Amino acid sequence: MKLIMNGKDSNLEEGLTVSQLLVEQKVKMPEMVSVELNGKILKRSEFENTKLSEGDKVEFLYFMGGGNVSN
Amino acid sequence: MSLTEKQIERYSRHIILEEIGGIGQEKLLSSKVLIVGAGGLGSPAALYLAAAGVGTIGIIDADRVDLTNLQRQIIHHTSDVGLEKVKSAANKMLAINPDVSVKTYHRFAKADNIRDIIREYDFVIDGTDNFPAKFLINDACYFEKKPFSHAGILKFYGQLITVLPGKTACYRCIFNAPPPAGVVPSCSQAGVLGVLAGVIGSLQATEAIKYLLDLGKLLTNTLLTYDALAMDFRAVKLSRNPNCPLCGENAEITELKDEEQPVCDLKSCKC
Ligand SMILES: [Zn+2]
Repeated sequence: MKLIMNGKDSNLEEGLTVSQLLVEQKVKMPEMVSVELNGKILKRSEFENTKLSEGDKVEFLYFMGGGNVSN
Repeated sequence: MSLTEKQIERYSRHIILEEIGGIGQEKLLSSKVLIVGAGGLGSPAALYLAAAGVGTIGIIDADRVDLTNLQRQIIHHTSDVGLEKVKSAANKMLAINPDVSVKTYHRFAKADNIRDIIREYDFVIDGTDNFPAKFLINDACYFEKKPFSHAGILKFYGQLITVLPGKTACYRCIFNAPPPAGVVPSCSQAGVLGVLAGVIGSLQATEAIKYLLDLGKLLTNTLLTYDALAMDFRAVKLSRNPNCPLCGENAEITELKDEEQPVCDLKSCKC
């Protein structure tokens, strides 16, 4: 299926969930990512059961600090 | 307030801009901006806002200048190592522009002091380097109804958003709460390209000036992300989150409190 991942056209396996997409995209620390699906921020508890479909717009938004630390 | 001859000369490149003019410059001179953090993001923001003639600039920071800061915190010079960051920053702002009145707060921004400070300002710049502080500023600005610019930087990436509390998406609309302890990379693993702080901090100053002068369109409901390696800026559209714990429909945060600092506490960690 075709969807738009972080503004880029991507071709992905049919029926992927958000959790699976995080794995597929090799996100090392999913706890540091907020996911926006078609303009709506998902709850973390929704990652597991939210299936992606053709034409979806997905954004991974990363926690960023100030370049010291912990950031 | 009317501009002196020296001021008309100093700010001539602002004044000749039709959108600013003498009236806009006078407005800047009577405006108050608070910068939280005199570090990588706060440095360029403070320098540009002082140069622009923002009349009152407050700056909060509990740290002293350290040699490892100088790679990116351009308001501090080698001879300032050991000095309070707020003092060092105030010296540079006043050297650039004696029109500016600088208020220094040599302390950590905490739940029990930040609202009283924020209340005195028109706009707030979040130039902090840790998540508890970022959530604290977001929440305090919400309770005080103060507009602010949020930003973060990491490695070669940066992001920022302007928040008009109660009207546009806030930090908690995107990131519900600080990341759990244990997943945040430790000091030694993280790093940042110094100039990145300059790019993002300057954009924060731009938003402050736009807000103060009611110019153009603010970066609200939009997270601007910057990838220095790809040299790519992208505007990610957002909207207020009905599930936001602060500004959502069933908000559970009703008062300001300090969030835990995961992994690395600021005192023991020389980041
Ligand atoms: Zn919110």
